[in-house]
Amino acid sequence: MELAGRIGGATLDALAYVGGLTRLGARAGYFALVAPFRGRALRLDRAVHQAMAVGVGALPILSLISFFIGLILALQGAYELKKFGALNFVASAVAITMTRELGPLITAVVVIGRSGSAFAAEIGTMKVTEEIDALETMALDPVQFLVTPKFLAMALMLPCLTTWADTMGVLGGALFGVTGAGFSFTGYMHATLSALFLRDIFGGLIKSVMFGVTITAVGCYEGFRTGAGAEEVGRSTTAAVVTSIFLVILVDLVFTSLFYFVETR
Amino acid sequence: MNTSERDAEIPESNAREAIIVARDLRVNYGEREVLHGISFEVQRGETLVILGGSGSGKSTLLRSLVGLERPSGGEILVKGKDLAHAKLAEVEEVRKKMGMSFQGGALFGSMTVGENVALPLREHTALEDSTIQIMVRLKLELVGLAGFEHYVPSQLSGGMKKRAAVARAMAMDPEILFFDEPSAGLDPIIAAGIDNLILKLRKAFDITMVVVTHELASAFLIADRMVLIDKGNIVTIGTPAELKASEHPRVKQFLNRVAEPEVEGELNYLQMLTDDR
Repeated sequence: MELAGRIGGATLDALAYVGGLTRLGARAGYFALVAPFRGRALRLDRAVHQAMAVGVGALPILSLISFFIGLILALQGAYELKKFGALNFVASAVAITMTRELGPLITAVVVIGRSGSAFAAEIGTMKVTEEIDALETMALDPVQFLVTPKFLAMALMLPCLTTWADTMGVLGGALFGVTGAGFSFTGYMHATLSALFLRDIFGGLIKSVMFGVTITAVGCYEGFRTGAGAEEVGRSTTAAVVTSIFLVILVDLVFTSLFYFVETR
Repeated sequence: MNTSERDAEIPESNAREAIIVARDLRVNYGEREVLHGISFEVQRGETLVILGGSGSGKSTLLRSLVGLERPSGGEILVKGKDLAHAKLAEVEEVRKKMGMSFQGGALFGSMTVGENVALPLREHTALEDSTIQIMVRLKLELVGLAGFEHYVPSQLSGGMKKRAAVARAMAMDPEILFFDEPSAGLDPIIAAGIDNLILKLRKAFDITMVVVTHELASAFLIADRMVLIDKGNIVTIGTPAELKASEHPRVKQFLNRVAEPEVEGELNYLQMLTDDR
């Protein structure tokens, strides 16, 4: 009985959390999509500023990681493919895995570490130092001022970063393809392109937009949930990272299943 | 003089205009009620000081007045608008006429002092950037921070941060200015400087001010009227002279800085402090 109560309580907490995320996302969406037509100007400069921080700042580390992941994929794939004498399939294996799954996912993880945590820390610190209250007393909506630009920046930058990560992953795979599997560089690229369908790439990009929205919602929501005191900011930041990773995987699962049933019908 | 006697003395319609009216204001933190039905008015142009010990509910009262806490009962009318129930657009209109100086300044750390002061002007007016720059310079001059536009808040001392916060609160030429603990954490000389600044603003602009503090010297210097809050209730409201002459034991205890008499009482008091946020 007590167990049932606990499961029920945890379920309710989880639902309340998702409800909170949805409310925050809806409010930020209102300020991005509806409010500009009701006389509230949408300030794109803040979104551009965020996009630079989220996107351009992440490029070096994202390039390196996705290049390595592409290389690892090629090596792992080759280990199995070799047994069947199908080493020339390594290019398509890397291409499909990167674009459909790992490109979006690695990008999301890097962005969670760099930006999701930073959102929580920024808003959390502002909460602790009463800056959020100050915004409100100045008749500036904290969601409009702080959250909407982050949503716009993330929804725009995640697909861009994902495209970049896909490319770097393919290049990583090419390194093995050329040095270990007897491909020429152009041959590897040709094999990659002929293996890919547009829907593989678009599916990954749609997922990456959803990841961006999820990461922003969690980071900002955790920031706003910060209680009093500096140690609370640390708690929010950690919670933002852990929850974002979990929810991104969950969203990934939902969309991957969706695509599976749509594509195989 | 207790709350009910004082309430009886405030007639329903005043000769002077009440710019803020609190009626039977109650605020809860979760289950716990921290303000137990507070009623008072702030007249246009006066400086009202809210006095009280730590955990008395005075900061909560201030936060309710500016609409940062939602009352669980009663109402607050600022310029005739009920902040808790009015439409967002109406609340924002009222808020543009209010300025608030927070305890730690609450300046935006990612912006310079000048950008902090310019922010409400940029967001709420259609002024040209050059005009805004001039206004920022004027406001900073007003608080004695001329030439500090390009400093970031972390480069300022505690007293300068508070001055910058006042400049930002004054940016939209407010009718009401709220101060949360203006002299807390400052040395006596800097604190006296902030008091003088408040007096100067009062004299120059005829602004209504609501100041929360526990610094007695500062309170008696700047107040037209004072409210003493204790454990979420109003102990008394009156002019500084009336408070000094009061025979109310709690007022005397607070003004003469007498410690809580019994150990048990003190423990309860400490318990209350730790309970409070």
